Amino acid sequence: MAILVVAAHDGKSVRTNVANAVAAASRLGGEVHVLVAGQNAGEAAKSAAAIQGVAKVLQAEDAAYANWVAEDIAPLVAKLAANYSHVVMAADSVGKNIAPRVAALLDVAQVSEAIKIEAPDTFVRPIYAGNAMATVQSSDKIKVVTIRPTNFKAAPAGGSAAIEQIGGDGAKGLAAYVGAELSKSERPELTSAKIVVSGGRGLASGENFKLLESLADKLGAGLGASRAAVDAGYVPNDYQVGQTGKVVAPDLYIAVGISGAIQHLAGMKDSKTIVAINKDEEAPIFQVADYGIVGDLFQIVPELTAAVGKK
Amino acid sequence: MKVLVAVKRVIDYNVKIRVKADNTGVETANVKMSMNPFDEIAVEEAIRLKEKGAATEIIAFSAGAAQCQETIRTALAMGADRGVLVQTDAELQPLAVAKLLKAVVDKEKPGLVILGKQAIDDDSNQTGQMLAALLGWSQGTFANKVAIADGSAEVKREVDGGLENIRIKLPAVITTDLRLNEPRYASLPNIMKAKKKPIETLAPEALGVDVAPRLKVLKVEEPPKRKAGIKVKTVAELVDKLRNEAGVI
Repeated sequence: MAILVVAAHDGKSVRTNVANAVAAASRLGGEVHVLVAGQNAGEAAKSAAAIQGVAKVLQAEDAAYANWVAEDIAPLVAKLAANYSHVVMAADSVGKNIAPRVAALLDVAQVSEAIKIEAPDTFVRPIYAGNAMATVQSSDKIKVVTIRPTNFKAAPAGGSAAIEQIGGDGAKGLAAYVGAELSKSERPELTSAKIVVSGGRGLASGENFKLLESLADKLGAGLGASRAAVDAGYVPNDYQVGQTGKVVAPDLYIAVGISGAIQHLAGMKDSKTIVAINKDEEAPIFQVADYGIVGDLFQIVPELTAAVGKK
Repeated sequence: MKVLVAVKRVIDYNVKIRVKADNTGVETANVKMSMNPFDEIAVEEAIRLKEKGAATEIIAFSAGAAQCQETIRTALAMGADRGVLVQTDAELQPLAVAKLLKAVVDKEKPGLVILGKQAIDDDSNQTGQMLAALLGWSQGTFANKVAIADGSAEVKREVDGGLENIRIKLPAVITTDLRLNEPRYASLPNIMKAKKKPIETLAPEALGVDVAPRLKVLKVEEPPKRKAGIKVKTVAELVDKLRNEAGVI
């Protein structure tokens, strides 16, 4: 049976993590179809069709699907799911909102944030914020799975799948989208950034985060923080990396003035390369860092900012 | 309007968990247990709604072993009015908990159910959405701000890259994110008072819910350990390593 990937998009193209979801779906042993639901979603559907490994794109045009209202999208996905062995979504804020609603409509369990596929019914997923890995096997006929995008290498471009128009079912009237206040930052979003620069209590003030902003801008990095820095009021809460904040796994994570409490490590220890800058050489962060540098961050960070610019 | 809040007993967030030697799970014997931190935020939000006059009664729900009574008592000490415990020693997965919650909702008819967005043990982030689906209700997940007015709720949600505002029809399910509020500590007099508040205990069978797990846990393992790397002396050395050894910049 085929696998249905449900794609979030901005009207122009599907989110980059859809290519990761397609890569994961390709390991489940069936044709991969992508659902692009939305209003004027033609361009987004085309972008999905261009992902290698996609056999067919289903474009569901309906004003009700314009803003990813779970109450309206989930019944459509659940209806389509009857013809599929799996429903796959990226574990982002759209996937996390919709997938469990789909699963419950189907009366099946959901596998959250799979990081590895052992078999079409068997998945590895982190529990306790990544401090343990559970291998779970689903006995349900239809498997609803969200995947952690950073753990599946994105399927490359170069596909040319057919796009099939399917209708929509209208709005249920339970919920309405009012608007969004998206962060104005030009920096990449934390959970999808290739490089993340994070600051902790060692920064000593919100003002000093400007040092990290310069470094982050130079590297094209996302900016994060430890809970200590958030609790101290240096930066807004949505910067928080850790067990109860955001879980990130960039290629490069630079921890500045962060001691490395368990809760923080849980949110970043899957990063490919970790750099720690801290004045305390006993700080636990050095136990997970690939490269540590002991010293005064107020001296090291500007030096580093200057150095990464030069080739 | 009645408000139902769901509270889960989990390993305290300050405890460094240990995977059992036989790989069947995580060690919970003699480990400090607490209310899931996101659920504390749910309880706090319900209490604030009551203080504002939007809620009339707060019912704290939990499901699991007898010790979940303690978690309900914590909610009662914070300000919930009474508790409902669905007591079972069976392993409970999110779909089963959502079904138990639905059965209690059908009985109690609350106008709002508030849950933490996820529990810090299984990290599923499913129960609220599943409950909303089973009830055919609207859902306001990952709530950063909630305002109740005229049969609906305005919910500000935390989404990738910012915030989203939605208007949902009541009755509804809301799941809390970290920024919704800062939960209060229970005062000693309130802890004493909570001991007298009623907790009703039910069995899953009495609610007609099959709680059999759908996901079989084959094994639980330690994550691959990271090795401590090296200390570099200078920024120049660091940049060289990042560029030429790690190849990440």
